[in-house]
Amino acid sequence: MDFQVRREHRLLIQMYRAFAQNEVRPLAKEVDEQERFPLETVRKMARFGFMGIPFPKEYGGQGGDNLAYILAVEEISKVCGTTGVILSAHTSLCAAPIFEFGSEAQKQAYLPALAKGEKLGAFALTEPNAGTDAAGQQCTAELQGDHYLLNGTKIFITNAQFADIYLVFAMTDKAKGTRGISAFIVEKGMAGFRIGKKEEKMGIRGSATCELIFENVNVPVANLLGREGGGFGLAMKTLDGGRIGIAAQALGLAQGAIDETLAYSKERKQFGKSIASFQNSQFQLADMQTRTDAARLLVYRAAALKDAKQPYSVEAAMAKLFASETAMDVTTKAVQLHGGYGYTREYPVERMMRDAKITEIYEGTSEVQRMVISAHLLR
Amino acid sequence: MNIVVCIKQVPDTTEVRIDPATGTLIREGVPSIINPDDKAGLEAALALKGAVGATVTALSMGPPQAEIALREALAMGADHAVLISDKRFGGADTWATSITLASALRRLGFDLILCGRQAIDGDTAQVGPQIAEHLGIPQVSYVSEIQKVGDRLQVKRMFENGYQRLSVPMPCLLTVLKEMNAPRYMNVGGVFDAFRAEIPVWTVDDLDVDRAQIGLKGSPTRVKKSYTKGTKSAGKVYEVEPQEGARIIVEHLREKFII
Ligand SMILES: Cc1cc2nc3c(=O)[nH]c(=O)nc-3n(C[C@H](O)[C@H](O)[C@H](O)COP(=O)(O)OP(=O)(O)OC[C@H]3O[C@@H](n4cnc5c(N)ncnc54)[C@H](O)[C@@H]3O)c2cc1C
Ligand SMILES: Cc1cc2nc3c(=O)[nH]c(=O)nc-3n(C[C@H](O)[C@H](O)[C@H](O)COP(=O)(O)OP(=O)(O)OC[C@H]3O[C@@H](n4cnc5c(N)ncnc54)[C@H](O)[C@@H]3O)c2cc1C
Repeated sequence: MDFQVRREHRLLIQMYRAFAQNEVRPLAKEVDEQERFPLETVRKMARFGFMGIPFPKEYGGQGGDNLAYILAVEEISKVCGTTGVILSAHTSLCAAPIFEFGSEAQKQAYLPALAKGEKLGAFALTEPNAGTDAAGQQCTAELQGDHYLLNGTKIFITNAQFADIYLVFAMTDKAKGTRGISAFIVEKGMAGFRIGKKEEKMGIRGSATCELIFENVNVPVANLLGREGGGFGLAMKTLDGGRIGIAAQALGLAQGAIDETLAYSKERKQFGKSIASFQNSQFQLADMQTRTDAARLLVYRAAALKDAKQPYSVEAAMAKLFASETAMDVTTKAVQLHGGYGYTREYPVERMMRDAKITEIYEGTSEVQRMVISAHLLR
Repeated sequence: MNIVVCIKQVPDTTEVRIDPATGTLIREGVPSIINPDDKAGLEAALALKGAVGATVTALSMGPPQAEIALREALAMGADHAVLISDKRFGGADTWATSITLASALRRLGFDLILCGRQAIDGDTAQVGPQIAEHLGIPQVSYVSEIQKVGDRLQVKRMFENGYQRLSVPMPCLLTVLKEMNAPRYMNVGGVFDAFRAEIPVWTVDDLDVDRAQIGLKGSPTRVKKSYTKGTKSAGKVYEVEPQEGARIIVEHLREKFII
């Protein structure tokens, strides 16, 4: 597999880094501690083109590619996991499926506002009884003339009340099982649609994660995304792309923790020397960076395959599995190398460790990634 | 209004180290950036473009890789960019640099030329004023504010302990300070557009310039020696009353047999 971080990507990284350091990093601690959704950052990201990186200009996007988008998630997540997932869920799980599976009319209607960041997107698949087993959907959408009647409850939905456009999955024909699931574009403010309970979380605490409640919501037929019964396939394909975004979030968290640890280990003195001078610290850092670089190659490969319009779902699963487990391992080691200070909120590594955990869970747990990869191997 | 911003690509001196043996900068592995004062000039030009309308061109002389600095300028919002690059321009001092830039500026045409106050590597602060002299146009240095009023510019010129407000006719040249603004970020789509844009590269043959006054041969400056200043001992801070402060200073001066 051939891929390259081209010159434009390098210039983008320079810009992402400056933005992350100046605009995102200063808020990260507060966003976490106060469980505050960083709306002002989302607006700023919109101003500089972050919210529609891989979409063509005619749909309000930036005319970039997936690698450029992934690099943005990585750089932002180095300093704030919350902001990283907001960007990832918006781009990969809402704007991307509308771009990839939407009719021309749907793209015209929804994509420009999403890509320009005037509106924020969300993706609603999970239900109380349909997590890993996403096929067990209990939400229903019943065709009634020119609209569907949507009923049911979704849980754990990222961007929640701050989103404007939601991709919602529901059963249009229970008898058909997974082939009876359809996808709908639901807008904030539709009668009967409200936000329920907000989750209190271990990490990515600034990202809103809520229940969505649908009670006899009239969704126009025009808002059916893809064909009736095609929702499950659409969700799985969307998650293939989303996994690269989450892998990039994990990658950023790992690298961010290493960067913090490098600085700290040079400063902190014990036994009259910097802790960086102990061979254990050096070897730990070597392992942390090596794993993180390996994760980076997997993540960039998956993004480059998507850009090359080649199959990438197995590679995306590998990238997410490895990057998320790397993030967990590296952030844990980062806390260890910080000693007691690392366990306090004075340093960001404990937050990074809490943030890293979710990357092993959402958009398919590590177990699910292993199922995807092994199913491909044993085909 | 045609604004041309002269930008120099410089090593990021915050990351630069000096080779103690030769006294020269170790450039390997040091990232290159747009000279900070020049980036402020670019921001000032883009702000004027937003306020009163203007066409902004970024101009740089340098090796082929200086193109990246120009792409960054385009990604921030400059309309055009021109690179002056030719081995024959190599080794230019400030005189040869300003002669060359002035000739390119004549070819480009301009109402306003913005230069940085000084480059963080060469540090002479000579190129801007020299260009203005070659072109025979008014110049104001150390500018921290620019406003277009009618067909003139009102500018604020900074001194160490004061400032002047001046009104300048156009065409003119200003050298600006990095403290004047916070340069905008590049735009994501702007970066992709910047790499699709064509940046003309002008060589000696494209310019009407005296070949005896360019490059190393045309440079009257000769560097005899460059060396790193030895570091003084770390300072000491006393937070005391003025009386006591004076006493401590005198004591130290006596200790060192200065008084
Ligand atoms: C902060 C956060 C944000 C989220 N955002 C979104 C969102 O925006 N949109 C959305 O739709 N969902 C979202 N989710 C939901 C998330 O994708 C699910 O939590 C995840 O898919 C796991 O489902 P579950 O929680 O029901 O766990 P379960 O499916 O109950 O899994 C429990 C454990 O069992 C394991 N397991 C399950 N089945 C198998 C099996 N067959 N073989 C082996 N092991 C198995 C799992 O791997 C896991 O370890 C979010 C969740 C969180 C916590
Ligand atoms: C004492 C001394 C001796 C030197 N001798 C030599 C030598 O022998 N050989 C040699 O190769 N170099 C030499 N240099 C370096 C050379 O003079 C400068 O690199 C170059 O001429 C620009 O001057 P500066 O860096 O001082 O820029 P300044 O005059 O500080 O720059 C002011 C502004 O002019 C503009 N500008 C300057 N350079 C460019 C450019 N290339 N393109 C576009 N805009 C520009 C920018 O807007 C900049 O902010 C010497 C420097 C010094 C200090």
